[in-house]
Formats: sequence, structure tokens, C-alpha cells
Amino acid sequence: MKFACCRRSWASFWLAPLTSRRLVLLFATSLAAATPPIVIQNATILTVTKGTLNGSVLIRDGKIAEVGEKIMVPADAKVIDASGQFVMPGIIDCHSHIAADSINEGSVSVSSMVGIEDVLNPDDISIYRAVAGGVTTANILHGSANSIGGKCTVIKLRWGKDAHDMIFQGALPGIKFALGENPKRAGNPTGQRIGAGNVQGRYPATRMGVEDVIREAFNEAKVYQQSWKDYNEKIAQGEQPAAPRRDLKLEPLVEVLEGKRLVHAHCYRADEILMLLRVADDYGFKIRTLQHVLEGYKVAKEIAAHGAGASTFSDWWAYKLEAFDAIPYNAAIMTRKGVLVSLNSDSDELMRHLNDEAAKTMKYGGLNETEALSLVTINPAKQLMIDNRVGSIEVGKDADLTIFDKHPLSNYAKVEKVFIDGQLYFDRASDLADRPERETEKKKLMDKEKEEQKKNAPVGRGRPAA
Amino acid sequence: MKSLLVGFLLILPLAAADDDSFLIRGATVHPVASAEIQNGSVLVQNGKIVGIGRNIAAPKGTRIVEGKGLHVYPGMIDSATEMGLSEIGAVRESVDVGEIGKFDPQLRAEIAINPSSEHIPVTRANGITSVIAMPMSAGGGGGFGRGGGGSIITGQAALVHLDGWTWEEMEIKKSAGMGMRFPIIPPPPGRFFGADFPGAKTFTESKKDYETELRELKEFFENARRYQKAKAAKEKGFQTDLKYEAMLPVLEGKEPLIVMASRERAIRDAVQFADQQKVRVIIADPRELGKMGTELKSRNIPAILGPTLALPLHEDDPYDAAYTLPDQFYKAGVKFAFGSFDNQFARDLPYQAAMAVAFGLPVDEAVKAVTLNAAQIWGVADRIGSIEEGKSADLMVTDGDPLEAKTQVKLLYIKGKTVDLDNRHKRLYEKYLNRP
Repeated sequence: MKFACCRRSWASFWLAPLTSRRLVLLFATSLAAATPPIVIQNATILTVTKGTLNGSVLIRDGKIAEVGEKIMVPADAKVIDASGQFVMPGIIDCHSHIAADSINEGSVSVSSMVGIEDVLNPDDISIYRAVAGGVTTANILHGSANSIGGKCTVIKLRWGKDAHDMIFQGALPGIKFALGENPKRAGNPTGQRIGAGNVQGRYPATRMGVEDVIREAFNEAKVYQQSWKDYNEKIAQGEQPAAPRRDLKLEPLVEVLEGKRLVHAHCYRADEILMLLRVADDYGFKIRTLQHVLEGYKVAKEIAAHGAGASTFSDWWAYKLEAFDAIPYNAAIMTRKGVLVSLNSDSDELMRHLNDEAAKTMKYGGLNETEALSLVTINPAKQLMIDNRVGSIEVGKDADLTIFDKHPLSNYAKVEKVFIDGQLYFDRASDLADRPERETEKKKLMDKEKEEQKKNAPVGRGRPAA
Repeated sequence: MKSLLVGFLLILPLAAADDDSFLIRGATVHPVASAEIQNGSVLVQNGKIVGIGRNIAAPKGTRIVEGKGLHVYPGMIDSATEMGLSEIGAVRESVDVGEIGKFDPQLRAEIAINPSSEHIPVTRANGITSVIAMPMSAGGGGGFGRGGGGSIITGQAALVHLDGWTWEEMEIKKSAGMGMRFPIIPPPPGRFFGADFPGAKTFTESKKDYETELRELKEFFENARRYQKAKAAKEKGFQTDLKYEAMLPVLEGKEPLIVMASRERAIRDAVQFADQQKVRVIIADPRELGKMGTELKSRNIPAILGPTLALPLHEDDPYDAAYTLPDQFYKAGVKFAFGSFDNQFARDLPYQAAMAVAFGLPVDEAVKAVTLNAAQIWGVADRIGSIEEGKSADLMVTDGDPLEAKTQVKLLYIKGKTVDLDNRHKRLYEKYLNRP
């Protein structure tokens, strides 16, 4: 279940994007032309880091220019009346697989040579759906089939833009690690005694092997790092040595050693969590975030001491053996014990209501409203080291804002508007207004397809009649 | 030590005698079947609700539960789960959800419910007092959405209380309905798993499978009817057949078919089938309503709605298609209840209902869909589903709106007995919160 598979429908995937993108493009062009400031007025503003106030937010040039109970409305400003509504920072999902055309390079146990950035798909409808759930930034991860997986990319959900323009410029790149059942299942896909089935096993097939794979890789990476250090030293001394051969697998690991690439490690059990922290200690690098980390509450002290963040689920459990000790109090215990905690989705669906997920931590473990909201805003921003840009409503930060009709920690709340860089990327009223036109367009295309099918009949493969 | 023992001896007999008799007073009572009562009371005697209102006089010595600032609701009912049938989804040995075979009406979910499943206390801690445990079409053990099982008739779903030492003690209705998957032509595997994907079938092949399954289904029903006639006529040489025997309540209209049908076409097929066979059906896990609203309403066919927190069925559906579906059913006048179709998220049942409220469903209807509607659909509205005199005292006492995640369930009663709200999760929480 948590093998980072895509679950997508087969239907004509580009239909909805077409029309809803039109809305964004319209706004984008009108904003780009004159970029008038925007004032969101009369709202309850949940800044997350600076308390809650009733007032306004001024957006200028894609940034938050002013926040206050009373602010001067510039003459050229577009005013949005948000009476009775709630503005919060755009939600940040520290673990997602949307917008990726492939997830797992599972054939090798170290796949650090591949990266999500190369397969970003800006047409994935899940992007729009996530924006409609208030999400503005997401960490797009490689899958969990490998002890050391592929490279990860942080994106802003700028629906309608191309792949390149979705990338969160300035965010450090990441890399996925994975421990426990998933990487070892790839080693033993039959679940039988190794060699019993006719499926080729792949090292590792145990948690012991997972540790070894990571150590072996960093052993290699250290040697590789040294070869470049030696080379650069010789260059500095005026020598002309032959450059080492570039190694695309080891390069990202050297970046990890040098703190230029963040490690996001999929893990479940306390033992494997501790193992990874110790391996990282030995090789002198940091685990930036432990992902899922469902037994993190058992070793919260050690996690906090290492300085790793923890990005977990609200209440998932029992879907596999290593999730049987998962508890919904995980986020609360880790928070209380000094770990920087976020809640993530790892799901195109769950991603659309992370605010509800955050509310569960008030029930399970008694976090307060600000702590709960932090789990899906400022905390994941800190984990991704982009908190200077996003994660709270503060002057100077990117104008990534989500407007809810009710308090976002209420299960009755729904998203009304979403801004990214001060541009409107989701507006429920427009979405609703566009639907009749979208239906007409769909029908036209379906009719056309039927015509084509008639013309080209008989065909061996095709779609069922509607 | 001695004084402790004496203390116990003094308290124990009293507590035991009073265990399923008490008066909750000063609470906001939400009977569901009628308007809420501020500063209200609920009187329970011998496990039954015997009084509800503003001023209820309790017999002398009745245990008093002070409900000031609290809310009393009927316990919630989850109308589709794998409760007790599945412990850890990915561990085959712990899953007893889907049997091998196409027609398995003789299978009884009830007898495979593990009363010590960790899921039971976890689920009821959030106010869910009874569930439907349902055999599913999966084949070889798997559950919802796992494996492409071939079962068409999957077996008898049981309605049980989430309390009891044995499944017999848990039982509310041993067979609340007959599980069934309506044959469909599966959609093409999609752009990620192209036509070359192992097991991918051409449309012609899929259509042929569908037609075969439909024919087999009809034949099975015809055979069951012949059996019914033969039995009634006491034909010579008549022999009991466990499969057909299990079909009799369905053929007699005493027991509904719970038909898994997600797409409009499958729903239409299922309704047509019910008309032809003159059997009762409940539509389970519909993902769209389409033009079927009137059809369902006019035939009084109810639905068990699957998770509201779900992606739209089609990629080009409105983003909120799943969120608005319950309201579509409501507006069409179709009776419905919610089911989690799962175990691990069964405790989130109220939040499924809440999302429907965010997207249009009146809140009272959402509460009904996890209480009274469910009881009505399963034919037990005389026993559970609301706070009414004569009903089983299945009650949850909360500090707020139960559809809101931040609300805590403070007390829970099943058949008037105080249910322990402790569970695996709370135990691990306390253990590790206090780790030095």
C-alpha cells in the first residue's frame, strides 16, 4: 500500500487541466501586465508564527507586503473581501508523489543516479486537486524500493506552468532513503525462501542488508569525494592531473556528505530509525527528515538529539506489519520531546485535506491550534529549509496563501481560494462557474471520439461504451 | 491490603448490579430521531433506554452520570468494514476477507470475527458502537481493493456490536445482507499500465468475461429458485444444498443483497437485476450517481456510501466529486449510510461524514448517515441507531460535535455497559510518553 504506487484513473486526463488552466492563465496574464497589489480584507489571519488577528494581508509583487488589523489599501489594489473567512499559509506537503511520471527505479538497491526532476509531469490532475485542498508546496519524492533511492525535488503547485516553472527555485534538492519492508521486499519479492520462486532476488532482503547497502554506498562516496579533493588540491598547486571520472550515482551522496542535499528517509520501526541515525553519525552527515517514521515516538529522544525532522501520518496503521505499532499520538509525542514534526500525505487523496489531518493531533495528544497548524505549514518549511520563503504569514515571505470558509482545523472547512506567489491558482467560485462549459467541451470530445471509432471500426482494443 | 480488599468487596456488588442501569443528566442530548434536548437526561435500565427528556425521575439508588457540558449521541454505526476479519492488511495470514469461489452465499462473516482484534477497541474509542463486517470479493484472503478476486456472491455480512467476549455476544444480526459484486466490464488499465500490462485484456475479452459472469449469475439464481421450489414441494430425493439454502432469505426478500457497484452503469445493471429477480438490494460503495437517483428512490433502494475522502472516479470529474456525492444522494431522496470499507480508517467514519457537510450535506443528515439511517437500512431501527425508549443503550458521550476531529469521546456505552476506551494506541502512547 505504501509502496508509492500511482493510483490514477484512465479517463481523458487532459480535459480538466485544459479549462481550469485557462483561469490561471487569465489571472497570470492580467497580473503580469500590471501586477496590481492584492488586499485580502476582513479575514481571520492565522499567521502560525505571529499569532492570529482579524485584519488584512497586502500582497505586492508576489510577496506578503503587509499584515495587520488595519492597513492602507493602495489605490490600484484588487480587494478581496474575506469576511468570515480564514487565511492561513499555503499548506506544505513534505511527502508526495504527484506530478511525477514514474516513482520507483527498483532494479538496483542504490538508485541515486535517477531523479524526480527529470520526470516531472505538470499535467497531472492531482496537482490541481491538491491546490484545491490548499496545498501550495510539495516535496516530490522517489519511491521506497531502494535503500538509497532517487533524487527528490521541491515544487510549488503552479498549475498551468511547465515542469521547469513548478520547481521551487532556491530549495535544496533532496534524496530518498528507505528502510524496512519496502527495500527488503524488492530483495525478496516472492515472500518465500530466497531462491524458492523463480523471481530474481535483489540484495538486500533483510534490515541487516539495508544497513550494509547504505554503509557500502557511503564508503564508496567517501573515496569518490577524496578523489575530487585530491584532484582539486593538485590543481590548486598548479599541477595538471587527470580529472576523476564523474560518477552520477556517488555525486548525490557526496552532496549529502557536504550538506548540499537533504536526506528524506522512509522508515517505520524504531530499530531501523536508530540504525540510520547511527550510520549518518558515523559518516558525518545528517538525516534531514525521517519520513513516515511511525515508531518515531519510541525513539523521539534519539531523533531530537540527531536533529532530524520527522514527517509522519496522522493516523495510518495496520496496513502492514511494520505499521502495527503506529499510533495517532506519534506527532504529539515527538513534538513534546523536541522533534521538529510535520504531517504529510504520501497520497494524492490525503494531500487534499492535510488541515483535517492536523486537527487530529488536537484529539490525539492534545496539541494546541498553532502547534497543529504548524505541522502542515512552518514545520515542513523548516524541514525543507525553505522557511525563509514560505510556511507562515509574515512580511517578506512568498504570498502563498490559502483561504478557507471556516477555521481550517474544523472538518467542515473547505478551501475557497489559493494564492501562490501572489497569483490566484484556485478559486472555488470560478471552478464552479466553469463546470457547464467543461461538460460541453467533454461531450463534444466524446462525440468526436465515438465518430472516430465508428470510422475506424473494427478495432481489437478500445474503450467500453460510456 | 485488608482494607483494600474490604473496599473492593463493598463496591463490587453495587457496581455490578448497576452496570447497565444509570442516569445521564444535565447533558445536551441528541436523540437523532427527534430534536436535541438541552440540559437533558437519558435513563438506562438493564441495558435499555427507558427515559429521555428534560426531567427524568430515576429510581432511588440509580447511578448518576453528570453530563454537564457534554453531549449524548447514539453510538455510531459503520456500515461496511472488515472488522475482526482482517488484522494487518499486508499479512495474508491475518486476513480472512475474501474467499475463493464465484458463488459463496453460505459463507458467514460472523463466525470469522476475531473478538480480540486490536481494531475493535481502536475503532470504538471514537464512538463507533456497531459495524457491518462483510466478506468481500478478493479471493484467497485479501480485502477491499486487494487482488482481482473473482467472487460474485461473497457471503453473509454480519452486524455486530464492538463489544463482547465472543462473536456470539457481539451479534446484533447474524446475516444483515448478502455480499455481492456486480459484474462489470473493467475499464482499460490506464496510461501507466498500458495494454501490455500483464493480465490486461482487450475490450472484447473483457466484454466476454462480463457476459459470462452475468449468465452465471442468472443461472445461479435460477438454480436457487428451483431449489426453493423443490424444497417447498418436499420433492422426493430432495437434498440440502448449503449454497442454495443460504440464498433462500434473499429469494424470499427477507435479506438484501449488498451489491458493490461503483459506476453508474453497474448501479443501473444492479437495479435491473433486482427488478428481474424480485430481490431487495442495497447499493454499496457507489462512486457516482448519474441518472440513477430517481430509479433508486422510486424503488426504495438505499446505498452505503464509501469514503467521502476519496479521489474523483474519473480524471476529468470535478475535484469535489466524492465530497458532493452524499449531498447528491440526499437531494435525490435516496436513503444512505456511510461505510468506511476498511478497518484502519473505520475510526475516521465521522470525518467522512463531515467532509460531505462541508460540501453541502445538512449536518443532521450526516449524523443520521452514521446512526439512524444505518439502523434502518440494516433492519434494526427498533433496536439501535437513535436515543429512543426501548432501544439498546448504545451511547456515546462527547465534549462536542462528534463529526469534528478535535472532539473527544468521553464515555461509551454498548447495551448499557460502560465500554473501556483504552486500546493499543493509548497504551503505547502512555508507555512511550513516559519513556525516561
